[in-house]
Amino acid sequence: MPVSDNDVADVSREPVAVDHHESTLRSRRRGPYDGGPDMIQLLDPEGQRVLHGGAEEYVHHVEALTPEDLRGFYRDLVLVRRFDLEATALQRQGELGLWVSLLGQEASQIGCGRALRPQDHAFPGYREHGIAWCRGLDPMRLIAMYRGVDRCAWDPAEFGFHTYTIVIGNQALLGTGYAMGVQRDGAVGTGDPERDTAVVAFMGDGATAQGDINEAFVFAGVNDSPIVFFCQNNQWAISEPNERQMRSPIYKRADGFGFPGLRVDGNDVLATYAVTKEMMDRARSGQGPSLIEAWTYRMAAHTTSDDPTKYRFSADVELWKLRDPIARFKTWLAHEGHADGAFFRAVDAEADELAARVRTATVEMPDPGMDEIFDHVYVEPHAQVEQDRAALRAYLDSFEDEGVA
Amino acid sequence: MGMQRMTIAKALNAALRKAMEDDPKVLVQGEDVGKLGGVFRITEHLQKDFGEDRVMDTPLAESGIMGTAIGLALRGYRPVVEIQFDGFVYPAFDQIVSQLAKLHSRSRGAIKLPVVVRIPMGGGIGAVEHHSESNEAYFAHTLGLKVVFCSNPTDAYWMLQQAIASDDPIIFYEPKRRYHEKGEVDLDVPPTLDLFSARVVREGSDVTLACYGPMVKTCLDAAAVAADEGRSLEVIDLRSVSPLDMPTLEASVRKTGRLVVVHEASGYVGMGAEIAARVTESCFYSLEAPVIRVTGWNAPYPPSKIEELFLPDLDRVLDGVDRALAH
Repeated sequence: MPVSDNDVADVSREPVAVDHHESTLRSRRRGPYDGGPDMIQLLDPEGQRVLHGGAEEYVHHVEALTPEDLRGFYRDLVLVRRFDLEATALQRQGELGLWVSLLGQEASQIGCGRALRPQDHAFPGYREHGIAWCRGLDPMRLIAMYRGVDRCAWDPAEFGFHTYTIVIGNQALLGTGYAMGVQRDGAVGTGDPERDTAVVAFMGDGATAQGDINEAFVFAGVNDSPIVFFCQNNQWAISEPNERQMRSPIYKRADGFGFPGLRVDGNDVLATYAVTKEMMDRARSGQGPSLIEAWTYRMAAHTTSDDPTKYRFSADVELWKLRDPIARFKTWLAHEGHADGAFFRAVDAEADELAARVRTATVEMPDPGMDEIFDHVYVEPHAQVEQDRAALRAYLDSFEDEGVA
Repeated sequence: MGMQRMTIAKALNAALRKAMEDDPKVLVQGEDVGKLGGVFRITEHLQKDFGEDRVMDTPLAESGIMGTAIGLALRGYRPVVEIQFDGFVYPAFDQIVSQLAKLHSRSRGAIKLPVVVRIPMGGGIGAVEHHSESNEAYFAHTLGLKVVFCSNPTDAYWMLQQAIASDDPIIFYEPKRRYHEKGEVDLDVPPTLDLFSARVVREGSDVTLACYGPMVKTCLDAAAVAADEGRSLEVIDLRSVSPLDMPTLEASVRKTGRLVVVHEASGYVGMGAEIAARVTESCFYSLEAPVIRVTGWNAPYPPSKIEELFLPDLDRVLDGVDRALAH
């Protein structure tokens, strides 16, 4: 069966079940640039600056960054990875009910997150820990959710960061509606960089099969709304590869909805930053929606409840390790003289401090009281909810009377 | 403006107009709500007067309508969504249940979603499939939503404005077969009754009829006939099925000792079941008879030529009353 070397989604008619040998061959045949000729890349896996996939158009955004900005990106990447690894460890030790690792996707998220302005609004799925970090959300807020203490207890308006959305794809429509509100507020295309606002909505490759994603593309398209759809194609929807989710590449679908679609190397923080910056600027200036497909890889399991050895080969994972987003950026930073050993050591020390703080704060985090069940179900009280609150209170009190509790 | 005689449809239109005049954040969204004025003309002329940014003809995608309405509310707007027919709400069900109902509690109160979802509901208009449904139990079962019904022009006018003013998401049902029933509406004096309170629309002493939406007129008609036969029926328009105004209902049951619940939706796991259970728990020693349900049969809505067999009507309500009085 003919298979394009460059376009993985063209392999849609390949058999799902492949043996280990064939899988490894297939991955190698595609090579390090298996996102295809359109994939925008500024930093290759060896840490070399390149101009791939039309990157010339976007490189000026990177050239405008200061060495301090670049060191900041590195710090973000390392701290977010360290936080994520600590959270995974905490789950393994029973301190979290679940953790959803972003391992491997750090550059997609930091590159995107650092291209946002304070007034922008992000609509995450449930793996956007790097975006949360860039929006200034305390990582403990994410921990609290996955520990089962609350369900996203932050004010999205405070951070420009909506609650995590677990039902796949819902958030793209919320983001589109929010962007329609931005238009009605006259906060787009004014030329005032402090006022013009754009929205970014996140999704994974699996989400692109959802009706809500396609409806969001339709609504954003016909309303010309200021929104960037940011799809992290990490190659896996739990156990299902791209071949089971789509017949044509994600970024090419935008054309059918009437707005631009781009594929960027999601393991290249510079390219991801530059492309996101360009598309967010475009949205803020009133030129409408766009779709960015960040080509990356989910290095860990889907969640801590998942076992990827059942459905994918370690050789593929090993191959993607060679494309690690942090290693290439560190190589480049050092080579360019933007950072030295002392800087890297300081970041590592800070990462260890963050991990220690997260660990301590997690194990010390108290459980909520019974009112957490009933508080905030409604703005104005609901008779049957309040009746049940009283019933549970009385039930619990009955044990206290007996000296049990 | 004073007292005006108008249909439920006109009252709803006037309510939307008033709400949009009073608050520039109020928006109307839906399929064909703009130039056409909606398939039932509830939004007639609103787009002409308030513009396309505030009265939006949407793409034909209910989840999209619902999801973008939530997004607009997150940005500070107060969207009023029109679902064209009851049976078309299901594509939006996910957004309603997973997001609209839950974002306030998920965010521990940080997010408020003042969204009204208007749904023309119920049968009796000779329609094709999916145009005659009563799906209130799905939404009443979802805590985080409030679910109300208007049954007359005055309530249509005031309840819709109260719903739009509410900071909680509200499913607002309109009895489509009653759209053209007329009544006197006082446009100046707001009601003293809370949006979620039931109303005793006819006092009586023998049996309580609890109903809402299109069944209120059916029950009032039944009560008039029963009166001729010497039976005194009390009719309660519940108006809200989530929350339920149990004190009003319980006071009536304690007086009459008998309760018949009437709705178009199938009885199985319907509002009548919830009401019967609650009344049994709270009024057990006042009840002279089991709570009787007069509802749509436990089957999908039938072809329209035989829908009169499916829908509770005056005679079936009186049959239910007979069964309650047989004890």
